Amino acid sequence: MRALSSQTDRRTSLFRCPACGSPRIVSHPELMDLTVAHVDCDAFYASVEKRDNPQLRDRPVIVGGGGRRGVVSTACYIARIRGVKSAMPMYKALDACPDAVVISPNMAKYSAVGRDIRRLMLELTPLVEPISIDEAFLDLSGTEMLHGAAPALTLARLAAKVETEIGITLSVGLGANKFLAKIASDLDKPRGYAVIGAREARDFLADKSVSLIWGVGKALQSQLAANGITRIGQLQGMDETDLMKRYGAMGKRLAKLSIGEDVRRVSPDRETKSVSAETTFETDIGDLGTLDPILRRLSETVSARLKTAGIGGHTVVLKLKTPDFKTITRNRQLNDPTRLADRIWRTGHQMLSKELEGKRFRLIGIGVTDLCDADLCDPPDLVDEVAAKWAKAESAMDKLRGKFGKDAVNVGMLMKHDRPKT
Amino acid sequence: MKVTVERAHLLKALNHVHRIVERRNTIPILSNVLLRAEGDDLRLKATDLDIDVAERVPAVISEPGATTVPAHMLYDIVRKLPDGSQVELATRPDGATIDLRSGRSKFSLQMLPESDFPDITAGVFTHKFDILASDLKRLVDRTQFAISTEETRYYLNGIYFHTVEVGGDLRFRAVATDGHRLAQAEFIAPHGAEGMPGVIVPRKTVGEIQKLVEDPEAQVTVELSDSKIRLSFGEVVLTSKLIDGTFPDYGRVIPQGNDKDLIVDRSEFAAAVDRVSTISSERGRAVKLTVGDGRLTLSVTNPDSGSATEELGVEYESEPLDIGFNSRYLLEIAGQLETDTAIFRLADPGSPTLIQDRGRDNALYVLMPMRV
Repeated sequence: MRALSSQTDRRTSLFRCPACGSPRIVSHPELMDLTVAHVDCDAFYASVEKRDNPQLRDRPVIVGGGGRRGVVSTACYIARIRGVKSAMPMYKALDACPDAVVISPNMAKYSAVGRDIRRLMLELTPLVEPISIDEAFLDLSGTEMLHGAAPALTLARLAAKVETEIGITLSVGLGANKFLAKIASDLDKPRGYAVIGAREARDFLADKSVSLIWGVGKALQSQLAANGITRIGQLQGMDETDLMKRYGAMGKRLAKLSIGEDVRRVSPDRETKSVSAETTFETDIGDLGTLDPILRRLSETVSARLKTAGIGGHTVVLKLKTPDFKTITRNRQLNDPTRLADRIWRTGHQMLSKELEGKRFRLIGIGVTDLCDADLCDPPDLVDEVAAKWAKAESAMDKLRGKFGKDAVNVGMLMKHDRPKT
Repeated sequence: MKVTVERAHLLKALNHVHRIVERRNTIPILSNVLLRAEGDDLRLKATDLDIDVAERVPAVISEPGATTVPAHMLYDIVRKLPDGSQVELATRPDGATIDLRSGRSKFSLQMLPESDFPDITAGVFTHKFDILASDLKRLVDRTQFAISTEETRYYLNGIYFHTVEVGGDLRFRAVATDGHRLAQAEFIAPHGAEGMPGVIVPRKTVGEIQKLVEDPEAQVTVELSDSKIRLSFGEVVLTSKLIDGTFPDYGRVIPQGNDKDLIVDRSEFAAAVDRVSTISSERGRAVKLTVGDGRLTLSVTNPDSGSATEELGVEYESEPLDIGFNSRYLLEIAGQLETDTAIFRLADPGSPTLIQDRGRDNALYVLMPMRV
């Protein structure tokens, strides 16, 4: 059995790495053959804040929206021990952990750190599939010669490098495929390194809940439970075609994943399904005059993302959340796909006008789905000259923004909104 | 009210009027058809508040009167009655129920008072003229496909009928566009159409007109006001509100200076477009036309499924050109052309293209290219 030590810790222990003396030893019969990894930063936002302010190191830190409406984005492990969880309303989190330091998220900083980590990953392999700002799948197959080491070792070095160069800890899950790697990265968190090989997958999964399977949400879980299936082991004995008859395409996935088989490849360009932006208000808003400029800004964010990605969307989606946390979504399919802020906003504006009727909202969001190539977007129109003018104006604005910054030029409604009251 | 009608007459009339009635209605009376027994006729009438269709059928009237009954139900009942039967309709004194008897069948239907039935047909019609049913149908058929469904541009949701002078002749012209394509068809304006206002006839009305033209040789009487149109097809009278809006100045988008003429065999072209577009996705994929040197190559590339090309012999003498069009739009236009030879007048890959039958100027189509 081969083993590796990932850290440089030199405390005394009975089991030490023969090379460096570390007591943290990972050993596994398939260790040197596995190439697919899931790498996930530990309490990412909180870790970045702790890195930048060492005084916070031993204190519970919560990163999240300030004020009583906020929710927890990330809680550090000290706060987690006290029962704080992600997505928990801030007042509840503070009930559980009154001495927590609450920090408003600084997304620009986190994306910068995320990009640095991504860069280190890309030094190892081009096959990096980002899942979010702080996690990614990596496929290191064929890199042994390049790095002079097996993927398992390269990944351990990555973890050490990220820790020393960037000051963030991460957890590595190494597995026979994406499904197993993802499960593995959760096993030993934080600062973890866990391995699930192909041969042990079946036994490992047998007593786990079906909810561990990618794609099994609450609805499917209760449907499975109604059919008496709660453990993955129960699925392992079932016939694939029977499962497909019962659960459709998902049935095939259940059959394969339950025995630890996953054929999905690590693909650097994951397909985007929608592009959206949203914001939560400090106090509920119910009038169009206030909501409209906000919607306009969000539309511009969405449009900027579409333009960067070279895509557009056929359907505009408006999202609203009522004070009692009910989410309302409204869709409108456009005649032609668009990537223009103006068209997105106008469509959103029309849908919003219909929803107001004295109602107030705590959140507004807008996005586009049904994505397509930029080529198909906003075709010239035979009779609508105003649209063509707007499209031209918008591309002129984009050019100015590209040269002089995001706020170089704006539509009038936003200026009125931003002007300080005198 | 008590009246006896031939089932065949009643069915034919109901068939015309019941189509107007929406399946779901928030206003109950709009689900009903108005029946009025008067003189020697039974008059039927239905409306959706935008369109009103009325028809009279010969009947034996024992007791004149009027009422309203659920339109679709009455239609379904009459449809299922045997051929050649007589239908007797009699209201009960309670004023709430009507009995329908035919042979050994008997139905009781709930009524709503005729006084609640809305009338949208009132108003003064300023212009009146007759046109041949086949002429009207041709205008509608040639342009209907280009009507926009975009709610925000409601003024494009219909066909624009108006008169225009071309080379000393007054023409009665129909135009429809959705911004991607434009269709225009015309014929010499009938007597009485001079000075008529330009009117936008809504999509649903257009569809009804198509169905109501049964005899192509018949005359259709058209009456117009600023807000309504009335068309009389014999005993059937359709009255419709017009779209209250300004139709864009379409004349400016009809290309005048396109100088590259591509002449194709219409059916050969349509079949080829149809074949290569098989691999394009359900919407929006362009067919690329590569023309030059007496040859036209049609090609489609769809990254999700593959590619297709087909070559056609054509007449073309200008410099080579690549231009893309939505395949569905091309097929629709090819379907409208009436002769065997179509002419495409091209300018460049970014400008509108004019499509016509060769040697005919009573219809034309404008198509916006797609980027390829």
